[in-house]
Amino acid sequence: MLILIGGILLIIAGIWAMLTKKNLIRIIIGFSIVDTGTNLIIVSLGYIKNATAPIIDTAIKTQTDPHTGLKILTKIVDPIPSALVLTAIVIGLAVTALMLSYAIRLYKVHGSLNIDDYEEFKW
Amino acid sequence: MPDLMALILLVLLSLIAALYAIFTKKTLNAVIASGIISLSASIIFLIYGAPDVAMTEATIGAGLTTVVFLYALKQTKGGEDD
Amino acid sequence: MIKYLLVFVALIGMCIVFYPLVEDFGTLTQLNPLAESYVKGSITDLNMPNTVTAVVVTYRGLDTLGEVTVLFLATAGVGFLLRRKQTHAAHRKAGTEFLRTGADFLSPLIIIFGIYIFTHGHLSPGGGFQGGVVIASSILLLVMANASFRFSHALLHFSESLSGAAYVVMGLLGLLLLGAASFLDPRYLPGGVYLSLFSAGAVPLIYSFIGFKVGAELSSVIDSMHEEGGE
Repeated sequence: MLILIGGILLIIAGIWAMLTKKNLIRIIIGFSIVDTGTNLIIVSLGYIKNATAPIIDTAIKTQTDPHTGLKILTKIVDPIPSALVLTAIVIGLAVTALMLSYAIRLYKVHGSLNIDDYEEFKW
Repeated sequence: MPDLMALILLVLLSLIAALYAIFTKKTLNAVIASGIISLSASIIFLIYGAPDVAMTEATIGAGLTTVVFLYALKQTKGGEDD
Repeated sequence: MIKYLLVFVALIGMCIVFYPLVEDFGTLTQLNPLAESYVKGSITDLNMPNTVTAVVVTYRGLDTLGEVTVLFLATAGVGFLLRRKQTHAAHRKAGTEFLRTGADFLSPLIIIFGIYIFTHGHLSPGGGFQGGVVIASSILLLVMANASFRFSHALLHFSESLSGAAYVVMGLLGLLLLGAASFLDPRYLPGGVYLSLFSAGAVPLIYSFIGFKVGAELSSVIDSMHEEGGE
């Protein structure tokens, strides 16, 4: 519950940075903060009380019968949100790198990083 | 039982770093603050029982993303103040 | 003033959107049935201790294929936008002596550590993506330290394309050898002993190819962004 509220507050802070800043690189930093907040929310939804990491080692295996698997199921965390967040973090890096290279190209062609100087690109 | 004090401290640290990244004058400080947010998120992932995600977030978020931002700042002549 | 008011209204709207998620949030005490079937299948069918690897490579293998495609597109976009001019070796600044000595000592160790992470991805936390990023960070150290460290771009593109094609070929091998409806099924290699390195079918090979591909792509991104600062 605590991490869920922390993630939501990070998303709101990131959207605020994206809406009120003038420097292009500040806007991209806000985007990266939104990404981190979203991943925090997804991982917090898969947590189970008093459970440990989902790696079935010899430590967990000796406490239960591995073919009914009944006692394992209350002692490990859900593995599916971990797998989804793994993908999401790498894609966040790729999109951030692409946005930054767009910003570098805009600076080299027009000479300014302030978003008010690009008024003629608005419709 | 995850340590409640450690979780409260980490969430407070990340929120203070997010506010600092919005209100500071120099862009370089904002980039370092975004690295601190990724680092505290990685420790939160570890306490919540997801070590693969913690490893990935630590290398990508606090490592490569900060480096890519610093390269972009160098190529645009160190972005002006806001 | 009207702009600040609109921003405030937008943020309050986002809070209202997230409110139902907070309202009926209760910490679970038992795994839901889908996660239960994945964990059971990972122990008995696939013989793999790391259940997150089982979900990423086998049960949700198409998502991993899509992610590899997105990384490839982003790398191609960055390489296209930041076209490199030929920079003379004399113009690049060398690192200090501290950095050069440290890089010469640490780079082989970091590369071996990265290879260890992605070959043991099915036994302990880790896998292809983490190992690939560690390899790319060692290449970053080499690029920053030496003034005349040259990359052969042809070698990077060749190894990246070869790894990506090998990943798809391993998926198609599953389709050919195991009958219909088994794309990316890693059971055509023997299961092996639990907790040994050569176990769990074709998953170590698949993760090794993913690790090489991610490492080559991120090295190419770093090399594209490292040119001279537009003088």
